[in-house]
Amino acid sequence: MNTKTYDDMTHLYGKIWIWTAIVIILLVPVAICLYYNAWPPVQSVVKGLLGVAPIFWTVGVIEVITFCPMLGTAGSYLGFVTGNLTNLKVPCALNAMEINNVKSGTEEGEVVSTIAIATSSIVTTIIISIGVLLIGQLTPILNSPELKPAFDNILPALFGGLGVVYISKNWKISIAPLLFMIVLFLLVPSLASSVGILVPVGAAISIGVARILYKKGLL
Amino acid sequence: MNFNPNDSFMYILAVMVILFIIAQSLFFLIRAYRRGKELGMDMKKLRKTISSSAIFTVAPAVSILLGVLTLSKFLGLPLPWIRLSVIGAITYELPAATSTASALSVSLSETLKDPKAFSAITWVMTLGIMPSIVLVPILLRRIQKGLTTIKTKDSKWGDLFITAMFLGMISAFMGMVFSNIRSGLAGWIPIFVLLFSALLMGICGILLKVFKINWIQDYALPISMLGAMAFAVLITPLIV
Repeated sequence: MNTKTYDDMTHLYGKIWIWTAIVIILLVPVAICLYYNAWPPVQSVVKGLLGVAPIFWTVGVIEVITFCPMLGTAGSYLGFVTGNLTNLKVPCALNAMEINNVKSGTEEGEVVSTIAIATSSIVTTIIISIGVLLIGQLTPILNSPELKPAFDNILPALFGGLGVVYISKNWKISIAPLLFMIVLFLLVPSLASSVGILVPVGAAISIGVARILYKKGLL
Repeated sequence: MNFNPNDSFMYILAVMVILFIIAQSLFFLIRAYRRGKELGMDMKKLRKTISSSAIFTVAPAVSILLGVLTLSKFLGLPLPWIRLSVIGAITYELPAATSTASALSVSLSETLKDPKAFSAITWVMTLGIMPSIVLVPILLRRIQKGLTTIKTKDSKWGDLFITAMFLGMISAFMGMVFSNIRSGLAGWIPIFVLLFSALLMGICGILLKVFKINWIQDYALPISMLGAMAFAVLITPLIV
């Protein structure tokens, strides 16, 4: 008798897809080295890695712990392969769950979040592919100085709309982490380049505040 | 062999990776859609979720395409196409390429001609981002078990816990918007854009709740985001 639940099967399929993705991702540099007979000196790779790995490996661990509960099972297996989580997949999943009035971690939340992330991944892949095909025609438009401010401000444009929905519904929990982050970025503007590391700090503050307010019966 | 980062071999690699990504996405999309049907969910709403997610994705995807263009100036087109379609983001790929290029004393002001420098950059881009993908199959079940334990003990606190995590992320990104205000009025532009986006979202909320324009709910976020981006285009020349 088959006793595996839908969620068990999602984990199984997810693991098969993600491990295959890992192999494919690793095969890209291997194929390049073999085809062009261009294995790089190990020291140059290590030196290059030293410049990025300490921060990006840390951010990677943080992202897994922070985003997996938001993205759900299939959403995590898919979202972490297709990337662009903070600027696209996570807001897309959150917005879709909000519209459908379902909660993350429920069966319905899992369905909605997966549909949002999968759709977003397909559309992103198609848009980038069209862009690559039409690169000659698109480059002057996309690089035009008139449009530059639009893309420079994509994160505030995204988090303004998303933030107001969540903050207005949960303003008691939001004030402390928001004030903390604003003051922190005012004092140390250079932290903007490593905002990923600050996500769990914000989460810890809001969880702490939520716990205190909950215990006092204020939520 | 003369090395050209734009040659057909690289395009073949890119197409293979892209097809894999689309196959994986389609697999989970169809599976989730069928599951929604089984659970008796409102299928009309799920179809709307597909269209609203697609529309929401357009602007960020074009911004990712800009990242491909930036990297293509020295890496050719196929490699950035691959990298920004799987796990990568421009905020990571550019420092990875720069770090490796400086380790090799190679200039990134023109298209790379040295295949070893190219392969070194590809390795650094690949290995530097691996933990986030490798840890998912290892940790996901454990993370979910932890959350289930919290929810079983107290379901209201479980929901608050996840909401608080969302708010932590949103706070970090909203706080980041304030990082440039000490540079003068130009540094305030992201804040004006943020507030305008919030205002548009508020207007959408009023249209939904007061005037009962229900379709707006599905498109409120893309409307706010695109509207705020257009606002940035209008105000930047007036301020800078």
